[in-house]
Amino acid sequence: MTLIKTQHNRRSFLKVSAAAGGGMMIGFNWMTSCTPASEPAIAIPSEWFKMNGYIKIGDTGLVTIFSPNPEIGQNVMTSMPMVVAEELDVKWDHVVVEQGALDEDAFKNPQFAGGSLSIKLGWDALRMAGAAGRRMLLEAAAKEWAVDVSDLTASEGVIKEKNGERSIGYGAIASKAVDIEVPEELELKEPKDYQLIGTYQKNVEGSKIVTGKPLFGIDFEKEGMLLAMIEHPPAFGMKVADFNQQEIKGMDGVRDAFIIDTTTEEPVWAEVNAFNSLIAIVGESTWQLMNAKKALKVNWETVSEAENSQMHATRLEEGLEKGNEEESRKDGDVDAAFAKAAKIIERTYSSPFMAHNTLEPMNFFAHVTENAAELVGPTQTPKALEDAASKLLDIPVEKISVNMTRMGGGFGRRLYVHFGLEAAAISKKMGAPIKLIYTREDDMTQGTYRPAYRSTYRAGLDEDNNLIAFSVRGVGLPEGPVFPNRFPAGTVDNYSAVKLGAKTNISTGAWRAPRSHFTAGAEQSFIDEVAELAGKDPIDFRLELFDRAKNNPVGEEHDYDAERYAGVLKLVKEKSNWGTDAPGVHRGVAAYYCHNSYVAQVMDVVMDAGKPKVKKVWCAVDCGIVVNREGAKNIIEGGVVDGIGHAMYSELKFENGSSVSKNFNTYQLIRHSQSPEEIEVYFVENEIAPTGLGEPGLPPATGALASALYKATGTRYYHEPFSTADQGEQKLEIG
Amino acid sequence: MATYTLKINGKNQQLEAAPDTPMLWVLRDHVKLVGTKYGCGVGMCGACTIHLDGVATRSCQVPVSAVEGKSITTIEGLSENGDHPVQKAWLEIDVPQCGYCQAGQIMNAAALLNSNSNPSDQEIESAMDGNICRCGTYTRIKKAIKTAASNPEL
Ligand code: FES
Ligand code: FES
Repeated sequence: MTLIKTQHNRRSFLKVSAAAGGGMMIGFNWMTSCTPASEPAIAIPSEWFKMNGYIKIGDTGLVTIFSPNPEIGQNVMTSMPMVVAEELDVKWDHVVVEQGALDEDAFKNPQFAGGSLSIKLGWDALRMAGAAGRRMLLEAAAKEWAVDVSDLTASEGVIKEKNGERSIGYGAIASKAVDIEVPEELELKEPKDYQLIGTYQKNVEGSKIVTGKPLFGIDFEKEGMLLAMIEHPPAFGMKVADFNQQEIKGMDGVRDAFIIDTTTEEPVWAEVNAFNSLIAIVGESTWQLMNAKKALKVNWETVSEAENSQMHATRLEEGLEKGNEEESRKDGDVDAAFAKAAKIIERTYSSPFMAHNTLEPMNFFAHVTENAAELVGPTQTPKALEDAASKLLDIPVEKISVNMTRMGGGFGRRLYVHFGLEAAAISKKMGAPIKLIYTREDDMTQGTYRPAYRSTYRAGLDEDNNLIAFSVRGVGLPEGPVFPNRFPAGTVDNYSAVKLGAKTNISTGAWRAPRSHFTAGAEQSFIDEVAELAGKDPIDFRLELFDRAKNNPVGEEHDYDAERYAGVLKLVKEKSNWGTDAPGVHRGVAAYYCHNSYVAQVMDVVMDAGKPKVKKVWCAVDCGIVVNREGAKNIIEGGVVDGIGHAMYSELKFENGSSVSKNFNTYQLIRHSQSPEEIEVYFVENEIAPTGLGEPGLPPATGALASALYKATGTRYYHEPFSTADQGEQKLEIG
Repeated sequence: MATYTLKINGKNQQLEAAPDTPMLWVLRDHVKLVGTKYGCGVGMCGACTIHLDGVATRSCQVPVSAVEGKSITTIEGLSENGDHPVQKAWLEIDVPQCGYCQAGQIMNAAALLNSNSNPSDQEIESAMDGNICRCGTYTRIKKAIKTAASNPEL
C-alpha cells in the first residue's frame, strides 16, 4: 500500500496530475481491491485517470469516489460520495465507492467522525471536487472538438454539444481531462437542480455486510501478523507493578509478554487514557491469549483513591451546591421573579456513568519498523492517531500511515486513540506486525465513559401561568451538562443557568451527543411538567416560548434558531396527529437542538402485561438539505432506539474503583422486544446547507419517553435508568 | 492440541486446535472466516451466531470438540451469491448501520424462518432477543424478517 502525500496549495487541489503507470490515487482496499464497495453497472476499466483526491475515472466510464471520513455506521461512506457524484453529474450506479486513506491535503477536508460534522464540514470540499472534475471533462471535450465550453452540457456521465450531434462519455475523455487546469472559481448547482442529493440510496457496503466480508478492523489480516491482548489495572486509581512474566511466556501459543507504556508528551484530548501502563501478551491465536490473560498473576499498585457509586452520588449532590463553575448565563433578576411567582416547581434529574459498548470491541493493527509505522483499524480520528503515534514512536508523521477500516460502531469511543498507540507500542517491542484485540471485558472496564450528571431545574409561573423565572444548575463528573445559551435561554425574562464540574478519577469522554443526551431529557421532561402546571398543552407551551425568542428575545443571544425549532415541533404535531387521543395510548413529546440540527419526537407508550412499551415514534428533523434520505432515516431511528435504551436500562456502577458491569450479562442494552414497533421520520424541506444526524436523533428520545411514561404510569421519571432507579418523591411548591 | 475435521459451509476442513477452543475463534483464527463476529464471548450478544445442523448457535459457546460430524454454516456459506431471501430482504430494507451485528442477526433470522416460515411479531421478538444491535436497527430487522417471510422467492 502506498500513501501519496502531497503538499499543495488550494489551487492545486483543482489542478490535477496523472500519476505514473495509471496508478493514480491509491485507496485503502486490502483484500477487496477487485471488488468495489458498490456493484457497478458497467465494466471494470483497464485504465484509471485521477481527477483529484476524490475522483478517478476509468476508461469504461466507471467512476471511483473515495470517501474521506471514517465510517462508524453514520453512513457517510454513502452520503459523502453522493455529494461528489451530484456535482460531477454521473449516474450513481456508475460509481463505486472506496474508503479514502488519511490524506487531509488531498481531500481538503478534516477526516474525522465526530460532532456529527462530516457532512456539514465536508459540504464545500465534496461539491468542489465533483464540480472540478466535471469542469475538467467539459474543457477536455471542448478542446477536442475545438468548441467553447459554453457550447457543451454534461449529464449522467455524458458530454453533449448543445447545438450539435457529437457526444462523448466521461470514460472516453478522461485521459485528456487530467491535464486540464481548473479555473479559480466554479459554479455549483442550485439545490432545486439536484438529481441525486435528496434521494433514497442504499448503503454502498450493504452487500458486503450481509455476506460477511472482512470489513472491520477486527477482521484485518496481514502476512506474518501476530495477535496481541492487553490487561489493564482492575480499577481506576491502580497501576501495574509486575506480573508472572516467565510463567505467561511459557504458555501454549504465547510468543511474549511484557509491560508497555503509551505515555505521550503534552497529550491532547484525543490521547485521554486512564491506563498508560499495561501488560501486553502476544501470541498466535485469540483463545490462547485469552487463556494466558486468565493465568496472569499481577501485583497492582494503588496510585489514587478507589471510588464507588455512593461516593459519586455524594459528589454530585455536593457539586450542585459548590462545584467548580465552568460556564453560566444570567438574564433579569431570577431571585426577585421567584419571590413573586404564584407557582414554583423544582425538579432534580440524574444519570449514571455509561459505557459506549461499540459492538466491535477496541482493536488495531500496527506494524512498526525502525523508521516507519503502518496503522490500520477503527478510528474516528485518524489524524490525531497519526500525531500521537509520531510522538510515541518518535517517527515523523510523513513516515506513519493510518488507514481506516469500517467500524463496528463509534459513539465517540473511537475518538480516543490509546488502543492504536498500544498496538504501535506492542508492534515496536515485537519488531513484527500485530493486531491488538480487546476482550469485551477489557472494553467495558476501561472506558472513556459518558460522565455521571445531576441537574436541578426550577421554574416560576405568574398568576396567569406565564413562565416568569427559570433556573438550572447542573453538575457532572467531571464536566457539567448545562448549555447556558440553549433553549430556554432567550424565552424567559429571568433566567439563570450554571454549569458545574466535580472531580473523579474515572476516565470519561465524548459519548454520542455529549451532555445533550442527558440535558435534553432532563430539560424536556421538566418543560413537560411545567406545561402541566401551567395547564397548557406541552407543544403549545413550547411554541409560545419560541414565539418569544423569535419576536422579542431576552438577552443578547441564544444559540438556536427559534423558527426552525418551532418548525420541527409543528411538523411532528401534524404528522403524529397530536391531540387525537387513542385509548390505551400514552403520548409524550420532546424537541431538542444540538450539533446544528433540530429534532422533535412524539412517542406513544402502551402498557403491555403491566409494563410500559414504546409502540410508535414520530420524528421531525431539520438538518437542512437531506443528502441521503435512506441513511438519514436509519440513523435517526437508531438515535431514538439508543436514546430509549440508555435512558431505560443502562448504567455503570462502581465498587472499589472498578466497574461492576463487565460484560453484557451485567450491563443491559436495549433489545428487540424493548424496541419501538415503528418509527416514522419526516424532514423539514428547505435549502439550508446540510448538517449532521449522527447525534441529534438521540437526545430528545429521553424526554419524550419520560413524558409518555408519566402518562402511562402516573410516575414522573427523573433518574436514569428509568427501569431500575429509585424515582423518589419530589414535592410541588405552590406559591 | 488435537486434529479435527470439520464440515464448514459444505467443505471438509482439517485443523489443529485445543479441544476447548470456541468455534468462534476456530472460524476466525484458524479457518479465516471472519464474517462471524466476536461481541461478548459469553453468549449474550448473538454476533457470533452460526448454524449447527441448521440450528442457530452461539459459536462462542461451543467448543470445537463438540462439533465434529455436524454441518456448520457461517454467514459466508448461507448462500452462494449472497442471495438467500434473508440477505436480499436485508438489502431491500437497507438494514445495517455499522453492520457489525448483522451477520449474527441474519443467521439467527434465517434459522427462525427455517423453523417457522411465518412468525408473528412476538415470535420474531423472542427469537431475536439474544441478538444485540448497538446501533438500534431493530425496527428495520423486524421489517426485513417479515419481508423475507412474505417473499421467500425474493
Ligand atoms: S460473541 Fe457469542 S454471543 Fe456474543
Ligand atoms: S448495525 Fe451496528 S451493531 Fe447492529
